[in-house]
Amino acid sequence: MKVKGTVHRYGNHVDTDVIIPARVLNNPDKKNLASHCMEDIDKEFASRVKDGDIIVAGINFGCGSSREHAPLAIKASGIGCVIAENFARIFYRNAINIGLAVLECPKAVQEICNGDILEIDLEAGIINSLSSKKTYKAESFPPFMQEIIKAGGLINYIKTTN
Amino acid sequence: MGMTMTQKIMAKKSARASVNAGELLECSLDLVFGNDITAPVAIDEFYKMGVNKVFDTNKVALIPDHFTPNKDIAAASLAKKTREFAKEFNIKHYFEVGRVGVEHALLPEIGLIKPGDMIIGADSHTCTHGALGAFATGVGSTDMAAGMATGKCWFKVPEAIKILIKGKKRKFVSGKDAILWLIGKLGVDGARYKSLEFTGDISELSLDERFTIANMAVEAGAKNGIFPVDEKTREYLAECGATGGSEYVADKDAQYCKELVMDFKEITPMIAFPHLPENTKTIEETEKLNIKIDQVIIGSCTNGRMEDMRIAAQILKGQKIASHVRCLVIPATQKIWKQCVTEGIMEVFVDAGVAVSTPTCGPCLGGHMGILAEGERCVSTTNRNFVGRMGHVKSEVYLASPAIAAASAVAGIIISPDKLSNYSFM
Repeated sequence: MKVKGTVHRYGNHVDTDVIIPARVLNNPDKKNLASHCMEDIDKEFASRVKDGDIIVAGINFGCGSSREHAPLAIKASGIGCVIAENFARIFYRNAINIGLAVLECPKAVQEICNGDILEIDLEAGIINSLSSKKTYKAESFPPFMQEIIKAGGLINYIKTTN
Repeated sequence: MGMTMTQKIMAKKSARASVNAGELLECSLDLVFGNDITAPVAIDEFYKMGVNKVFDTNKVALIPDHFTPNKDIAAASLAKKTREFAKEFNIKHYFEVGRVGVEHALLPEIGLIKPGDMIIGADSHTCTHGALGAFATGVGSTDMAAGMATGKCWFKVPEAIKILIKGKKRKFVSGKDAILWLIGKLGVDGARYKSLEFTGDISELSLDERFTIANMAVEAGAKNGIFPVDEKTREYLAECGATGGSEYVADKDAQYCKELVMDFKEITPMIAFPHLPENTKTIEETEKLNIKIDQVIIGSCTNGRMEDMRIAAQILKGQKIASHVRCLVIPATQKIWKQCVTEGIMEVFVDAGVAVSTPTCGPCLGGHMGILAEGERCVSTTNRNFVGRMGHVKSEVYLASPAIAAASAVAGIIISPDKLSNYSFM
């Protein structure tokens, strides 16, 4: 599967409270989550983001609360992939479980700028920057996780394996 | 090769003789739980799986504690969905308002957590339960749904960081100061994916303090925090009516990727400044900054237990909350609330000008009750001080112990209790 879009660049330790604040969690409807996604650190994100766009961030992306609403909000916003130096544990797990593509690639994070256009081959983990003409290779998933991703998330994986 | 406490529990629950860090395992679960924010999302996923029962009606708990008592119509709908699911699937451990408490205070209190248990909760502070020698970790709603259906969950066996506890606590130093000190050393991602294994002279710490420490393991990025079981643990378990369970001790040759000494000789009351729990300063450094505050919160899964209430009351006895400060105390469970009445603590709070709430997580996450306006500052005994955590994006949260929070409520600035002018502590 391929993703192509514009980069929205953030820093280190982007926590789940700023990805989706608790004040809106009383309504887990995906449209509601998408309309408030990232608003506490980037007010314009919801109006600027387009389908297939890509979030690029530093270390420990998604730290804090276990709220699955965080990857759900990002996915519902149209984001095709999140690239970070690394992810907080629960967010990473939740993203795989709900089928939001996440890639770890410190080198790409160091060089990719806000507004760059990327084309990503998710299965191969290859990130092409159409802006800088550079190519990066992300860390590959363990085979077990690839199975979950291929099944389209944990629920489908369990339905097919049990 | 030797195993850590966490690795031994994982080996047992995956029916293996031994496991190594980095291995992927499927483990059987002793408890799966969620709250009124995470469970409704899990319930939708559960229905999608097309199963018609939970794996064990005694091993699932639903605890509506976040937006309860219901803050608005939307939140009431989430609580209703949780309640109806509990009825439909005959969930034994469902707690209605009036009986509910903050989940991580309530579950141990009613004897649902045992040493050696394998526990997942759809709440990041599930790691609290490691205080009793269990493996407990936070997961998302989909993992909760899968756990409720299958009684199983996959894990990567974590590497471990060993924390060796030694020394005697100084006056006004508590478990909260110890964990803030540790997060200050490790950083908010210093234990990412790892288990924090506490060992050494743990008898210096009460069970309530161990809960506080294990609770904030996740603020260093850890998968779990875990304490060995000692006589204090056994007494606590007996009081709570928890029976069974298995005690695990780390092997002498267990592997640790890092070892750190937590020496109480070095630890003074600590404050975590906005906007990360790792931004710690000592109370001495903080006092020099003369930080004016607008609100104090004493409560939460981190510090809403009986000892927290007692220390707050000792400091607030005969005092008045500063005229421009709101002080909100939230005993974490109904049992703790009642005990506060029995011990005369409620009277102390009310006389001091404190608002006492029924159990809720509300203000900790900026959910409801105690929301901050633009520019306001709060000293809170909770666990996170991220941007906008407790309200407006331009509000500030300072994390501290109940002792510091209570003293600051009186003074209107962040100070140590021994700086209160008419205060004579013991």
